Amino acid sequence: MLIVAGFFLASCAATKTEQGGDTDAASASASSSTGGEIKAGTQEDLIVNVGDRVFFEFDSSELTVDAQATLDAQAAWLMQYPDTNITVEGHADERGTREYNLALGDKRAFSVYSYLAQAGIDTNRMEYVSWGKERPEVIGSDETAYSQNRRGVTIVSN
Amino acid sequence: MIKKILIILFFSLNANSALEVTIAQGKVEPTPIAITQIFGADSDTARYGNTLRQIISNNLTNSGLFYTVNEDLYIQSDNLVEKVPRFEDWKLVKAQFLLSADVSKTDKGIRLRMRLYDVFNAKEIEKLQLTIPDEDLIRRVGHTVSDIVYERITGETGYFDTRIVYVSEIGPLDQRVKRLAIMDQDGHLDSHQFLTDGKNLVLTPRFAPNKQLITYMEYKNNLPRVYIYNLKTGEREIVGDFPGMTFAPRFSPDSQSVVMSFSDPNNAANSEIYLMDLNTRSRSRLTNDSGIDTSPSFSPDGEKIVFNSDRGGSPQLFTMDKNGNNIKRISKGRGVYGNPVWSPRGDLIAFTKLTQGNFHIGVMDVNGNNERVIVRDFALESPAWSPNGRYLIFHRQKRSNLDGTGGEVTIHFIDITGYNERVIPTPRDGSDPAWSPLL
Repeated sequence: MLIVAGFFLASCAATKTEQGGDTDAASASASSSTGGEIKAGTQEDLIVNVGDRVFFEFDSSELTVDAQATLDAQAAWLMQYPDTNITVEGHADERGTREYNLALGDKRAFSVYSYLAQAGIDTNRMEYVSWGKERPEVIGSDETAYSQNRRGVTIVSN
Repeated sequence: MIKKILIILFFSLNANSALEVTIAQGKVEPTPIAITQIFGADSDTARYGNTLRQIISNNLTNSGLFYTVNEDLYIQSDNLVEKVPRFEDWKLVKAQFLLSADVSKTDKGIRLRMRLYDVFNAKEIEKLQLTIPDEDLIRRVGHTVSDIVYERITGETGYFDTRIVYVSEIGPLDQRVKRLAIMDQDGHLDSHQFLTDGKNLVLTPRFAPNKQLITYMEYKNNLPRVYIYNLKTGEREIVGDFPGMTFAPRFSPDSQSVVMSFSDPNNAANSEIYLMDLNTRSRSRLTNDSGIDTSPSFSPDGEKIVFNSDRGGSPQLFTMDKNGNNIKRISKGRGVYGNPVWSPRGDLIAFTKLTQGNFHIGVMDVNGNNERVIVRDFALESPAWSPNGRYLIFHRQKRSNLDGTGGEVTIHFIDITGYNERVIPTPRDGSDPAWSPLL
């Protein structure tokens, strides 16, 4: 339960800077810290009950078997909540140049985006963006951090 | 290993007379220069004089090619702008060159007079008089005088009257706030200025070779695109307004075009290199391959482009003609290459290489031969050339830790011989440095 809350806070924080709105993140984290039920169709629901992210191998944008399973579940969830729009973020670890990692992050985000599109999600509901190595999930200069940072994250945008 | 090299220092007391200095292990023995007090008759001009002396002395020392003989040793303490120096006194303190100057107030502004002497040949080799309309220009005058001295004695083009644009960083490593910032090449705090407010993430600024423009990437409304910042007006203008991410921009040598990467959604978001003509706004695609193509950098004659591609499986360096033809792999060593930058002299390409857990910054010939590592550490990136092609600046980042500590990133200067590395001070952390042309 603690771990879940930690993940949620981290993802709220990410949403905060990237969307530039302080108030959303503040109110969202407030509601999560009070505990209680998870509202269906929200980011928290996606994180806890589906999984909001997939991980990539070093210097790869190919979806692993695990990643595909997660995305199948995400697609089913998105079908269930047809009013939900998403932005897919692609990220890289710090062991590459800034520019190469921007390119790699975009390929990763697009892999997730196109997999969901193939699974039947309307592309009008989806956007994608690369953050290269600019927004690590885990701070640290070791493989434990890197493997968490090579990721594609699905963010509910409405 | 750095080979033994021979550097020729030109002394211009007699036309074409040159002194050959053999430099073991690439290390240059700095030339001793004495700089007298820069004399001023009142408190203002004395203050300007002190500032100028400090700027000139720091610049020459930081180049690694000079050192300033300690003032306390000087035997003669006169103003030597009009008076002939007692060269024997300056020989005794082992000064090879001698600079003297004075500052006075005139109707038109602040007047600086400077004399440069060759002590061993007991001869004046340079004189200068200039009037500065405005006190704010003192620092630039100091840099200009430094350039004149450097050029007169070394025979190389100076680089002191230049600026560095970079990305100023602050905040936790997973929420970094990044701003464009600019400063004189010496990093002096008085010259430091922020160009953006930190609201949007900004990356990879680069100067136009002959205009007061910077091209860079910005996440405006969360859309990563290439922009141009006009240093005269402060205006920002999008140039990579494509239906997908544009990044890794650099100007062409004539400053009329920007070469950059575009990640096209209709091409599986695979990055290709495009050229955008800034006058017509027409764009042409230069690469077409299923691998990532990025980090393009023009040769100074505008005929060739070096770039980074993983088309062969791992990221390597390639060159191509300016129209995208004639693609050749040039990197030959083991490891993952990136960040290629063509030297303004045209003879070398600087790069980064990741191998055996460390980043390396090095230089190679334009065909990839004679690769030579200049500096190695855990995280090094963004090599950029001084306008005279003798030095590189880059950033160095420390390891970070799970508790959020570490990860400090600083801008460094180094001679391409691998000697004379030093930090260029910035008020916060700094990354992605780029050098202006000579102003």
